[in-house]
Amino acid sequence: MSENMNLTLKVWRQRNNKDKGKFEDFKVNDISPDMSFLEMFDVLNEQLISQGSDPIAFDHDCREGICGMCSMYINGRPHGPKEGITTCQLHMRSFKDGDTIVVEPWRANAFPVIKDLVVDRTAFDRIIAAGGFISVNTGNAQDGNSIPISKIDADIAFAAAACIGCGACVAACKNASAMLFVSAKINQLSHLPQGQPERMQRVRAMVHQMDKEGFGACTNTGACSAECPKEISLVNIASMNCDYIKANVIDSNG
Amino acid sequence: MSLNSNIPEGKLEEKWIKYKSTVPLVNPANKRNLEILVIGSGLAGASAAASLAELGYKVKCYCFQDSPRRAHSIAAQGGINAAKNYQNDGDSVYRLFYDTIKGGDYRAREANVYRLAEISPNIIDQCVAQGVPFAREYGGMLSNRSFGGTQVQRTFYAAGQTGQQLLLGAYSALERQVGMGNVTMYNRHEMLELVIIDGKARGIIARNLITGKLERHFGHAVLICTGGYGNVFYLSTNAMGSNATAAWKAHKKGAYFGNPCFTQIHPTCIPVSGDHQSKLTLMSESLRNDGRIWVPKKAGDNRNPSDIPEDERDYYLERRYPAFGNLVPRDVASRAAKERCDAGFGVGNSKMAVYLDFKFNMMRYGKVEANKAGLNDADDNEILKLGKEVIKEKYGNLFDMYKQITGEDPYNSPMRIYPAVHYTMGGLWVDYNLMTNVPGLYALGEANFSDHGANRLGASALMQGLADGYFVIPYTIGDYLSKEIAVKPISTEHEAFAEAEKNVNDIISKLLNVKGTKSVDHYHKKLGKVMWDKCGMARNTKGLEEAINEIREIRNEFWQNVRVTGLADEFNPELEKAGRVADFLELGELMCIDALHRNESCGGHFREESQTEEGEALRNDSEYSYVAAWESNGDKWNLHKEALNFENIKIAQRSYK
Amino acid sequence: MGAFSFLLNSTIGKKVIMGVTGICLVGFLAVHCFVNSLIFVNDGGELFNTAAEFMAHNVLIRTMEIFLFLGLILHALQGINLVFKNMSARKVKYYKQDGAANSKWYSRSMGLLGTLLLLFLILHLKHFWYVSRLTEEISSGDDTLFGEMKEVFANPIVVAIYIIGVISLAYHLLHGFQSAFQSLGFNHKKYTPFIKSFGFWYSIIISILFAVMPLALHLGWVK
Repeated sequence: MSENMNLTLKVWRQRNNKDKGKFEDFKVNDISPDMSFLEMFDVLNEQLISQGSDPIAFDHDCREGICGMCSMYINGRPHGPKEGITTCQLHMRSFKDGDTIVVEPWRANAFPVIKDLVVDRTAFDRIIAAGGFISVNTGNAQDGNSIPISKIDADIAFAAAACIGCGACVAACKNASAMLFVSAKINQLSHLPQGQPERMQRVRAMVHQMDKEGFGACTNTGACSAECPKEISLVNIASMNCDYIKANVIDSNG
Repeated sequence: MSLNSNIPEGKLEEKWIKYKSTVPLVNPANKRNLEILVIGSGLAGASAAASLAELGYKVKCYCFQDSPRRAHSIAAQGGINAAKNYQNDGDSVYRLFYDTIKGGDYRAREANVYRLAEISPNIIDQCVAQGVPFAREYGGMLSNRSFGGTQVQRTFYAAGQTGQQLLLGAYSALERQVGMGNVTMYNRHEMLELVIIDGKARGIIARNLITGKLERHFGHAVLICTGGYGNVFYLSTNAMGSNATAAWKAHKKGAYFGNPCFTQIHPTCIPVSGDHQSKLTLMSESLRNDGRIWVPKKAGDNRNPSDIPEDERDYYLERRYPAFGNLVPRDVASRAAKERCDAGFGVGNSKMAVYLDFKFNMMRYGKVEANKAGLNDADDNEILKLGKEVIKEKYGNLFDMYKQITGEDPYNSPMRIYPAVHYTMGGLWVDYNLMTNVPGLYALGEANFSDHGANRLGASALMQGLADGYFVIPYTIGDYLSKEIAVKPISTEHEAFAEAEKNVNDIISKLLNVKGTKSVDHYHKKLGKVMWDKCGMARNTKGLEEAINEIREIRNEFWQNVRVTGLADEFNPELEKAGRVADFLELGELMCIDALHRNESCGGHFREESQTEEGEALRNDSEYSYVAAWESNGDKWNLHKEALNFENIKIAQRSYK
Repeated sequence: MGAFSFLLNSTIGKKVIMGVTGICLVGFLAVHCFVNSLIFVNDGGELFNTAAEFMAHNVLIRTMEIFLFLGLILHALQGINLVFKNMSARKVKYYKQDGAANSKWYSRSMGLLGTLLLLFLILHLKHFWYVSRLTEEISSGDDTLFGEMKEVFANPIVVAIYIIGVISLAYHLLHGFQSAFQSLGFNHKKYTPFIKSFGFWYSIIISILFAVMPLALHLGWVK
């Protein structure tokens, strides 16, 4: 095990949505490499509380990489330097003694800052509400095995459904585009027979809502997928584009 | 007040069917005028909110997270049980019912559990229809696995992310209703008080966590779907925000709390690595299918695990429970690990861990693979390499997770694991309708006490949450609301709302005005330590009596010396935490009181005074075959008992030998 | 417009325009490169001049040229529009952004590369298209397009500018070629790897050929 380390943190502080905000520097000492990044923030906050200052607000909940709530932009990358993980899964052994770490909130017009590192991601909820579902009321369902679904399709749908809605794709994208998030949901449902009846309508409604929220356009840099903690594939975006074109050009109700 | 569980008359297998066809209905026009508040948006909350909105009720749903999709149901890994019998291996509704009652060590209500088993197949159908991508066989049919030591394959799963997929299904149904305007969603809102008017639940006070503003919301009924209270232990597999506040406020307003001491400790979690630890991570139970658990035979053995020869290892589960071996139920496996570590045989830096070793099965799989590939003269290294591939295919994501957290490679050395608090079987007392003793107040999912008795079986939590939300409450709420159709929405100017809001304001300003020296986490950790040491895997009279006193002391100190920074009318996570910990400090005491009064061992509740000669849990059915429902009475609690009658199952002592 | 209003109203539609016009321009580049490469025959520009004559007077080619220009203008305008729209989707910028960790610099710089290309194109059109199509300077007598090329590329500064322009083109294509297919919704397990490697080699080869032309004329490799 490597030794404990001393670090400098440069953290974005912003009291609320109206405040302009600025960076503040903090020193944390004796950080164990076994700590998670958020536990290091716990230590810092404990320090701030004992000094009587306001602790840093940051979103977090499950701390095991599945709820999608944690959202720090660390040293220029969403969820920090390691691939395929969320901030809560990032451990301090990825840093070294004497490092300066810059921590910022997700930046996008569609994700306004609430406080410090906390942003408002309800835009994602609204996109799902616009069409990210299959319209089936409770009790409507037939037997689960009545529609066979090939393992391949089920696996593709699952890989897309693994999205945790954290918003790292938006944060990473130079255009603050939400295409990876939106396409993951669209592609999950379009790979299942249950998703077919609403397929065209869904892609139109979700893309429309996405545009309304003020996310940028995709320019295929691939940053979203590279930074996605669940490694959602860019193929989803192409499939969504294809469906969207069909939904507008071919679908007679489009 | 006497406890009436309102179980319908008739034969066990006919109760629910008959109930459904005779329960009073609310006509669609009236539904539009009835408002329901759903607190929490996990499996139970989201499914209930969506289903009730589909029926036409006006629903408001609340969650403290930034989106309903974050609820901690999302973290469930293993799967969801359902009595589909797709595998033709003899499963049935009765068998699932029987396994659940037995697994719960005969401390659950027969009628509720039977209904749960009966509904379970519908849940799978509903989820499939919503687009939940369950694992499939090549032929396109749903895949099953066995789980938690049952003898049939009835667990449906989506890789190691079943909870996530089910929650996202319920979330999409919920968002659909939000989009249609049938549900109003209140993200980043926390319920801080229940409003009771003329003895009935009529609304809540919620704090908008962004602005800090207190809001009054009226409802004809209030549903508490806020999950369990495992975070009373500070360290648990629960999410950081998981809390008991909504349930606790309801309890303080009159709802009884059922079996609070029944806590489930999960045997396979990643051990604590230091004082900085903020939460514990579960390693799926499925790992025990291929991992063998052992400790060194010599206490304090500091050698590398690979340097300890086979005959100096103690495979203690296989030794103590030859029939079930490493697959004994969770409570048994957890206690056995604690016993070894307490006796000084633990491993790792902290000595509070045991090995979960895959090498044996890697070799076994490796040999099979070598045979398949026709490699007859493969040496051990080659075989091991092939075996690692098989293990990787099965558990790759879990191994990666372990490596990520510990920095050790579990392919080359055994995992270190230790039990951790995982689930709370206790919760608000509810009747067959899922209604608490407060009319109009319901509790669903982990927040209620009802279906798991003293120990929950693996893959049953998801089943219960969704059963309650999708298929039980839409019927049972009609029984109550059909009598409420004449009730016009009560103005939130009503004095009961004003008083409730004042209570909340008082607590908030009290918390902010202590201006002491110690942080909220400081007290939470202190409480957690007492709970873990004295009301954890093993409990005894002396420890519990001490714990009660210690908790009272911590609580006093908390109210005199806590430091809560920031203001009331702003986004203030410290203030949120403070309120939750204040409630845990009361709940913890009640848990100890309950544990102390229940002088028997059953399921997750192990009283050292009540064990067999071999050190196994010993139930006392003649004295404790009841649900302990605690009524809050100022600083004290009054005990009410609901007797458990087993008419369809013969009670027996559990044995896994 | 009906079915096609999405092209202007949605982010995906705008990208569809970029993709379609981009692929057309890629096709044009192949023809342009082929014709120009005829100078390497080293016959004093005879074959090249014949081809250039044909291109300048064939009705079909001239008609396509109009569409090509429309496509180019659309590509440029829509590109500029997207750059501004995308920049404004994040009004508060990051203090520290490690783009290299997750994407190629040229993928992130299509707007910049495109702008350089546009500036280059203006110069390029003035040098050759303007004189060959809109004035009577060329083809009236001994003054040929080949001759014009030799004249223009006698200036080392012009050669340098052309090479910079071609490098911008190379990187613009490296991203743009495969990106166009992605935008149009084509990403296939079997064919996309081929498209990607084809796009890669296409960008490299075309650019090298274009870069060698001014150099060859300047240094007298081709006479």
